[in-house]
Amino acid sequence: MDLVLTPHVKTPNGFTLDFYTKQGGYEALRKALAMTPDAVVDIVKASGLRGRGGAGFPTGVKWQFVDKKSPKPKYICCNADESEPGTFKDHVLMERNPHLLFEGCLIACHAIGAKVAYIYIRGEFYHVQEVLEAELAKARAAGFIGKNIFGTGFDCEIYVHRGAGAYEAGEETALIESLEGKRAQPRLKPPFPAIAGLYGCPTAVNNVETLCNVPPIITNGPEWFAALGPEKNGGPKLYCLSGHVKKPGTYEAPMHVTMRELIYDPKYGGGIRGDRKLKAVIPGGSSVPILLPHQLDIPASFDGVASAGSMLGSAGIIVMDETTCMVWAAENLLYFYKHESCGKCTPCREGGAWLHNLLGRIERGEGHMKDIDLLLSVANNIMGKTLCAFGDAAATPVLTTVQLFREEYEAHVREGRCTLPADWRAASRTLAAH
Amino acid sequence: MWIDDTMSFHPLMDYGRAHHQSSRSMADEGPAFEYTAEALATLEDICSRYPAEQRKSAILAAIYLAQRQQGYISRNAMKAVAAAIRCTTADVEDVVSFYTMFYQRPVGRHVLQVCRTLSCALNGAERVTAELQAVLGIAPGQTTADGEFSLFEVECLGACDRAPVVGVNDHWHECQKPEDARALVDGLKAHGAAGLTGCHLHVEKA
Ligand SMILES: Cc1cc2nc3c(=O)[nH]c(=O)nc-3n(C[C@H](O)[C@H](O)[C@H](O)COP(=O)(O)O)c2cc1C
Ligand code: SF4
Repeated sequence: MDLVLTPHVKTPNGFTLDFYTKQGGYEALRKALAMTPDAVVDIVKASGLRGRGGAGFPTGVKWQFVDKKSPKPKYICCNADESEPGTFKDHVLMERNPHLLFEGCLIACHAIGAKVAYIYIRGEFYHVQEVLEAELAKARAAGFIGKNIFGTGFDCEIYVHRGAGAYEAGEETALIESLEGKRAQPRLKPPFPAIAGLYGCPTAVNNVETLCNVPPIITNGPEWFAALGPEKNGGPKLYCLSGHVKKPGTYEAPMHVTMRELIYDPKYGGGIRGDRKLKAVIPGGSSVPILLPHQLDIPASFDGVASAGSMLGSAGIIVMDETTCMVWAAENLLYFYKHESCGKCTPCREGGAWLHNLLGRIERGEGHMKDIDLLLSVANNIMGKTLCAFGDAAATPVLTTVQLFREEYEAHVREGRCTLPADWRAASRTLAAH
Repeated sequence: MWIDDTMSFHPLMDYGRAHHQSSRSMADEGPAFEYTAEALATLEDICSRYPAEQRKSAILAAIYLAQRQQGYISRNAMKAVAAAIRCTTADVEDVVSFYTMFYQRPVGRHVLQVCRTLSCALNGAERVTAELQAVLGIAPGQTTADGEFSLFEVECLGACDRAPVVGVNDHWHECQKPEDARALVDGLKAHGAAGLTGCHLHVEKA
């Protein structure tokens, strides 16, 4: 398959407006503006495009839910928070193909009747934001953004909004709260953003990669898009490979590609570093269940990974080799969840800290056998009992490692030490509170 | 849930939102703070991106501008933010204390932020932190006595393919080997950001 989203990411100056328009850039926008908004929504629906932010919800359906009859303004919020551990694809698109994202935002605005799109970018991506702002200014000067675009009477603005360090700001209603100038804490749903989102107005929140898929769908048609991948998993997909692979990086592939190919094929990950044995794979950012080495011959699609009992999530594939202690890995991730919990609901705020404390105790060799079941009990009292999906995400690393590697937990308790202290870890760690 | 501007406690009272604002005061702390004219102009430009009645949307930007000017957010800076955004100081404090990128104490000229989350940790991030601690003589969360360096451990920066990643102020330094911790520190002392490997700094030279 020819690359759709990332053909020019390594071309010097491939990110500029000049380069983009020479490749036929903004022609999809011209084509979309000649259609009715409903026709655009129908095309995106027919393509089967599913959201790339984590949940895989059909984008066309999301746009259709937007309350178009409301007299209030409508908004597109592009989710560029990209904070899921192991995920680093959106920043590649923004840094190296920003106009594709702008074009996607503009078409999305046309489709739902919005005049403004906000790109909510995480604060740590400052250097990416500088690229976006500079290219936005060029697109505005060239008339692709602003008033009366292509003389069609369509007015549309795109603004970049900088976050300030909060994983939870990636949750769509927390993102909206943050955009309104508050703490990034989610709202009770319903009402969903499609009815009452930003400033109480109908809003669609879409991931960067999702919106980048829209212009090629308009250009090439929904059938082309659907045919690129397996049924219901059409289009190109970006995969983020990290951890113990030889060639970590962002790779574009259709969702026919298997997990094993992504990890071992020289085109992608190229195998395990040092040719060591593979131990475990987290296929969709840190929030999803682990896949074992024998489970990798599945398509790396939303449905393929789900059929193996996990989730494609953000397609952040974290690879761990045989030197990795699973208690340590769970402790590492639970520190993340404890640190990032927004604190709005009790099971997540309190439970995450409890899980981290228990894991730390076991990892240091001070745990008791009953702590292992206590871990499961606490995790199960978070799972499904929180205001947003963060709670499930925090419980998952514990549940999946205890289920699959219980003997490793038991060995830690029995021997009173970490039984797998890899040399790439620090001998002792000082984590200061900050 | 977002509240309409006209909302009041009683339907027969038509006073607006401002009447409900807390008049709680905030004690002075830190040097006197006033935005520069340039910062105020930038802030007005950013405010114009949001509906006029949604000025609060620019609060993060206003805090960033104060932090850029003074290096950290003192209580006096919070008061200036509140005045510029036309909200209460409690609103500002609420936001400042939630987001990790706002410093409530002075930090060093170079703020080193070692990513500690899984992908970086699998590639030696714990050892990077340990080596930087040894080279700088400070623990995470601290600043060197000469005010040159602060060291923090932070959560996933979104560049896991180039692990371990160290954020240095607004840049990224990538593929940091533990044994090269001293080279990173010396490079920053000698060349500033020019000594960093973030690929965004180099890609157009390819
Ligand atoms: C805790 C949490 C963090 C999230 N972080 C992100 C993120 O960083 N980027 C993102 O696009 N979606 C993130 N999401 C998913 C969003 O809530 C939302 O589903 C997504 O932006 C919708 O866009 P899509 O339909 O295009 O995927 C997160 C969800 C949760 C619960
Ligand atoms: S689950 Fe966690 S992150 Fe989500 S609302 Fe509750 S406390 Fe906040």
